[in-house]
Amino acid sequence: MMERLHTLAIQTTRNDEFIREVEKASGQHISQCYQCGNCSASCAYTYVYDYPVNQIMRLVQLGQKDVVLSSKSIWLCATCQACTTRCPCNIDVAKVMESLRILSRQDKKVSEHDIQLFYDEFLRLVKRFGRVFETGLLPLFSVKAGKPFTDVDLAPRVLMKGKLGLLPHKVKGQRHVAEIFDRFEAYGKKSDRDKG
Amino acid sequence: MRIGVFVCQCGTNIAGTVDTEAVARKALEYADVVYATSYVYTCSEPGQQEIQRRIKEMDLQGVVVAACSPRMHEPTFRRAVERAGLNRYMFEMANIREHVSWISTDKEANTRKAMELVHMAVAKLRFNQPLFSSKVPINKRVLIIGAGVAGIQAALDCSDGGLDVVLVEKNPSIGGKMAQLDKTFPTIDCSSCILGPKMVDTAQKENITLYACSEVESVAGYVGNFKVQIRKKATYVDWNACTGCGECVQKCPSRKAPDTFNENLSNARAINIPFPQAIPKKATINRDYCLHFTRGKCGVCKKICPVRAIDYDMQDEIVTEEVGAIIVATGYDLFDHSVYGEYGGGRYPDVISGLQYERILSASGPFGGHIKRPSDGSEPKDIVFIACVGSRDASVGRPYCSGICCMYIAKQAILTKDHLPDSNCYVFYMDIRSPGKNYDEFVRRAQEEYGVQYIRGRVGKVYPRGDRLVVQGADTLLGIQVEVEADLVVLATGVEASSGAAELAEKLRISYDQYGFYMESHPKLRPVETNTAGVYLAGACQGPKDIPASVAQGSAAAAKIQALFARDVIETDPQVALVNERTCVGCLKCIMVCPFGAIQSKTLRDGSIKAEVLASVCQGCGLCNATCPPKAIQLQHATDNQILAELNTLCA
Repeated sequence: MMERLHTLAIQTTRNDEFIREVEKASGQHISQCYQCGNCSASCAYTYVYDYPVNQIMRLVQLGQKDVVLSSKSIWLCATCQACTTRCPCNIDVAKVMESLRILSRQDKKVSEHDIQLFYDEFLRLVKRFGRVFETGLLPLFSVKAGKPFTDVDLAPRVLMKGKLGLLPHKVKGQRHVAEIFDRFEAYGKKSDRDKG
Repeated sequence: MRIGVFVCQCGTNIAGTVDTEAVARKALEYADVVYATSYVYTCSEPGQQEIQRRIKEMDLQGVVVAACSPRMHEPTFRRAVERAGLNRYMFEMANIREHVSWISTDKEANTRKAMELVHMAVAKLRFNQPLFSSKVPINKRVLIIGAGVAGIQAALDCSDGGLDVVLVEKNPSIGGKMAQLDKTFPTIDCSSCILGPKMVDTAQKENITLYACSEVESVAGYVGNFKVQIRKKATYVDWNACTGCGECVQKCPSRKAPDTFNENLSNARAINIPFPQAIPKKATINRDYCLHFTRGKCGVCKKICPVRAIDYDMQDEIVTEEVGAIIVATGYDLFDHSVYGEYGGGRYPDVISGLQYERILSASGPFGGHIKRPSDGSEPKDIVFIACVGSRDASVGRPYCSGICCMYIAKQAILTKDHLPDSNCYVFYMDIRSPGKNYDEFVRRAQEEYGVQYIRGRVGKVYPRGDRLVVQGADTLLGIQVEVEADLVVLATGVEASSGAAELAEKLRISYDQYGFYMESHPKLRPVETNTAGVYLAGACQGPKDIPASVAQGSAAAAKIQALFARDVIETDPQVALVNERTCVGCLKCIMVCPFGAIQSKTLRDGSIKAEVLASVCQGCGLCNATCPPKAIQLQHATDNQILAELNTLCA
């Protein structure tokens, strides 16, 4: 677990703007959470989290921007959506976690660089080939993450079974997929400029 | 007509966002208005005296008060003008609080709207006529629908007060949900031991007529004079003859009928007496399972019955009862937990409802009071209770707190430890709500004396592991996920409105909320009255309630009826339809549209046919007024001329 919070000066550390940002990005009303803990009860990855997901929700309610955006939990979330499915208050908790990852990147608070790297490499290949190219992704990720030998021992068996193609799959409309990325990146730059 | 207008400031409630002085000044410009003023609290004693003084001084013939909703103070002001010698219907109220000052802060627009509402009230008042109520005798009998603990208490209190009571119960026995309980919190006294004497009393009181296995078919009439049709469902057993000896139950070969009294934990015979203390203790045939009805043969019960009570040809019977007031005490139903897929959706036999566990604990239950698992009959060692199943859960449409579950699982955990001292009980809860007298102490006892483990967090899922169940939940106080292996999981299933509540509400013309609970007339000040005169509420049909609250409401409703029946006559409301015989063409369309059967036809001496309104039956809905082609039938105090005068003012 991360370094524990000690006495929290609720008035001085509460960032109301952050709460509004999370609500806007996720479309969820954070105040609806009544801390029953069903999200944490259902979460498959809570054992590796620094804050269980109900505590992440509580920290957002308290506007604890730095703690939340630099937490490991938001990056270790697998978006399995068990929390969303079982939330008695109909909060899309997984959507909140997703929004927090975006805000964390924007604020340059990412704690799990490898996971961010994996997302980036994954999407880069999707942009290039129209879909993911596993045989390229794994070595690229492993090398860039500085652990080139991860899972190398599995490669021969997987290759023998024909699970990995040596060449990327061709997909129709590969160019259109790339255009989606271009449009998104242009939009991102524009909104960055607008923010200013 | 000389009209006086009184614009109430209601402290700052109205004056804060309405220029009441300007409204009063403006009123002086309206036709017939000879006096107008603004007053700080018109409903206060001096405020009412001011109205009375001005009526006399200014020789007023009609009064308009612009204030709150007429639901609040119309009766107050009607009495005030009456004391000054005016007819109480020469009064109009303009609602400038709920409809104006409370809904907008734009003072200019509010003042304009208030002026228009006052103008409309003045315009209507110019067409008002003095109206007089007639007096009709009160039928001092009471109908009570539902014979759970609330209905039984109401019946006994009415009976003790010397009133005739008609008690209608849907099930074959009275007692309701309380009869199914083993013990009651927070005293752990035996439920049937404290309810039993009341049930016996109910059966023995000579002035209580009990209709079990019966339902209300239709309700006509009005306060003081209701006419109620009751459907006595066919039981295929002549209850006048049946002695409840149980011979037929013993010998019945059909053993697969659902045992609803035991929450289907066991099976019943097709002919059955629900439980040993049942009142009336009479047998009933379930025709869906009776071999005589399903296969056309058998007839064992008929052969064996020593008093020849079996009658396979019995039909439903409709009886009519006349009463002066009605108490609705139809109780609640248990939430169906099978919507929770994560708790097994009803697939695991060892995940049971709170009421099922109550039957397991009960000595008259399916296992004779020994705690066993429904799946294999083994004794459980680890028992998990999950709170808030179907309560405080917006995702299943039940955002309200059921109010009883925190207490009943504490009780069940204590009883479990009493029955099985070596067992371990775990309670997953979100919050503990125990605001009653000695309630929180009781929950503390469960934890401190009995060692029940309370874990603050909801349960994410329940899944089988071998012949046990894994309960995966959270401990939010610790901030971790926890897991408990259980032999038995008891869900604290919540309270929901009883099935059929809406249909009954429509028969009684009372309202209900979005969850099906009946609406009281005022949430604080009129908790057992409805907005339909003469119809009262008691118990969980109004909202989730525990036994003390249900009993208190049963007694409260009985007290209300004693007060109503202290008079011998009741004044009817003169705001009803009236036929102008000179213009009535006798088409009788009004008879066809009247929902209350309040209109009949009559033949005059010259042979012409005219409509005639039974003033005591008419509810003043105005359907006939809207339907009548020559506008001969007019709803008094809301005539076409009065409504048009208001509209003309508004549209001018």
